[in-house]
Amino acid sequence: MKISFPHMGYSYIALKWLVNHLGHECIVPPEPSKKTLDLGVRYSPEFACIPFKILTGTYLEVAEKGAEIILTSGGMGPCRAGYYWVMHQYLLDEIGKKVKVIAFEPPLCNLRDFWQKLHRLRVSGGLSVKAFIQVLKITWEKIKAIDDIEMKSYHIRPYEEKRGETTRALWKALEFVDEANREDEVDEARQEGLNVLQGVRRDESRDPLKMGIIGEIYVVLEPSANHYLQIMLGEMGVYSDRSIYLSSYTRKNTIVNLEGDIFQVARPYLNEAPIGGHGVNSIGETILYARHGFDGVVQLAPFACIPEIVAKSIIPAVSRDFDIPVLTLFIDEQTGKAGVQTRLEAFVDLMEKRRELKRQRERWAI
Amino acid sequence: MQVSKIGIPRTLAYFIYFPLWKTFFEELGHEVVLSAATSKAILDRGVKEAVNDACIPIKLYHGHAAALAGKADYIFCPRLVSVRSHGDFGTETFCPKFLGLPDMLRLAMDDLPEIIDVRVDLKKGKDELWQVFLEIGSKLGNSGEEIKRAFTKAKKVQREYQRLLYQEKLPPEALELIEQKIPVPKKDKSGGSYDLQVAVVGYPYVLYDAYINAGLLAILEKEKVKVYTQDMISDREMNRQAKTLPKSMFWYFSNRAVYGALHFMQRPEIEGVIHLTAFACGPDSMVDRLLEIESRRRGNRPYLSIAVDEHTGEAGVRTRLEAFVDMLRYRRNRK
Repeated sequence: MKISFPHMGYSYIALKWLVNHLGHECIVPPEPSKKTLDLGVRYSPEFACIPFKILTGTYLEVAEKGAEIILTSGGMGPCRAGYYWVMHQYLLDEIGKKVKVIAFEPPLCNLRDFWQKLHRLRVSGGLSVKAFIQVLKITWEKIKAIDDIEMKSYHIRPYEEKRGETTRALWKALEFVDEANREDEVDEARQEGLNVLQGVRRDESRDPLKMGIIGEIYVVLEPSANHYLQIMLGEMGVYSDRSIYLSSYTRKNTIVNLEGDIFQVARPYLNEAPIGGHGVNSIGETILYARHGFDGVVQLAPFACIPEIVAKSIIPAVSRDFDIPVLTLFIDEQTGKAGVQTRLEAFVDLMEKRRELKRQRERWAI
Repeated sequence: MQVSKIGIPRTLAYFIYFPLWKTFFEELGHEVVLSAATSKAILDRGVKEAVNDACIPIKLYHGHAAALAGKADYIFCPRLVSVRSHGDFGTETFCPKFLGLPDMLRLAMDDLPEIIDVRVDLKKGKDELWQVFLEIGSKLGNSGEEIKRAFTKAKKVQREYQRLLYQEKLPPEALELIEQKIPVPKKDKSGGSYDLQVAVVGYPYVLYDAYINAGLLAILEKEKVKVYTQDMISDREMNRQAKTLPKSMFWYFSNRAVYGALHFMQRPEIEGVIHLTAFACGPDSMVDRLLEIESRRRGNRPYLSIAVDEHTGEAGVRTRLEAFVDMLRYRRNRK
């Protein structure tokens, strides 16, 4: 069968490997482009959030390339994302595309359904249980390796001497991961990738601002949805730390549920959790970033994202109490790169001035 | 015990649960202060106080709450988490904005009276509703005995109200009947003077708030249209409709609107379905398209979607409704 999936950051490298090694043919989703968005906007409901529209566009593009099955995630709400796959199936049927959307609901809420879908996937590919588990394990390792490498690139980029060198090194490192086929190879690729990034020539005398990135998972994880915001920040010389990675996301939400912690942090401000998506997380993470001495926080969210609107209404109080500036960027199909860049530049300028004043005060105090 | 004034904003869940709340508080010996019906002043105040990205109903709620400042000792704003135990995966809850509403309110305005933000999560167990009322009553300083009595009475009044709704009374009328303590009349089978039956689904706080929907129900009445809404359908029928969908939505009021619409699509005498939605309502972006597709699949029923926002004018709504009703009559005559 020809299988595809949503494009989310660099995760497609691992997912492509997964589908191919399950014995199916993988239709690699193209990176969301203007065309993707145009297609998505045309067929999606007007007030659907931007991730929904990008996914609609992506699904139509992969359907054009012959995909028969789309694997995606479900959800238990109350964020709309949990209902995406149902709506996408309706839309694809209406347009007349013969594509089936298979969604994995979180195992916590429907274990049987989850196993059945996994089982079907395994049997149709003709793999033994043992081989299947091995393939899943290697995919997981790949996802973690990709996240490690991406994380490293954001720490290196603000120091790079030649603009763009980190990005080139990042792609090279990702290629290593792409080529790895065994568990030990993935580990090796991760090491080698990190070394390549480490090898980027840097100016260590710089003192970059530290910025936390919070918000809704899709626009945070998919660089083309947020206009390559983190790369932009890095090239402005800002060290950025992102609250969400795919590996941390799945780890937290389905296996160990480390999130209990962050909910506790947010409790004084929002006495209810979860409220869907990353609404509560955004509040908690703002507090955590403030505690860890970050200079500012950027909240990324799709226009009309319900949980993030709740977060946005509460964050001003957090920002005041913890003395940390927060810039909220709501992204929709009208958002342009220049608009994002202008706002970021202004925000970075303000933060720089603010840090300067703060240090001056500290010096005087001494 | 001290007599307190309990402020209740006249929006959101008011249209469905007001008799329950009012009876409960009054039986406990407290005074209920209701905010005035939605007006331009209330809406403007809400727009000013609420976060700019919020939807109209949330902005309205802020406006109503602000109107109660200084007039009440408490604002009753329960945190609605779940009010029914069934649903796909048992995940039914409310829109995230409802979940965070008490906190949004508290942080948006400084001069509000204390907010009673008791958490209503009936999914947890059978006597959860009693626990909720016990918590409210205790907070107000009433004894367990009094709370028990008030709770029983309140539930009885709410049941009566529910019966009126099932008899196809619209909430504004039903609330009045309950208020005047008129004995509930037998179901009126005479039919009345209408010549077209249309279902209007949407959230109670948009549907029954005559200001925010520019008098939609009154316009329909003038057009001699008999209006049905999802609140006239029994829970059992709703559950039956739920099974016809691949997956239920997560939001209580959305689910009711969807199941209601699906139910009306089955009834041949109902000639069209209108979905009333609020601008920038997150769940409705899904509901609206789902209903549009389903109304075509289930018997090709005419379907109209009307979105309202702060700038909705009566003329715009009227024009659309008239066109829709004309089209329905034309369609019937052609058959």
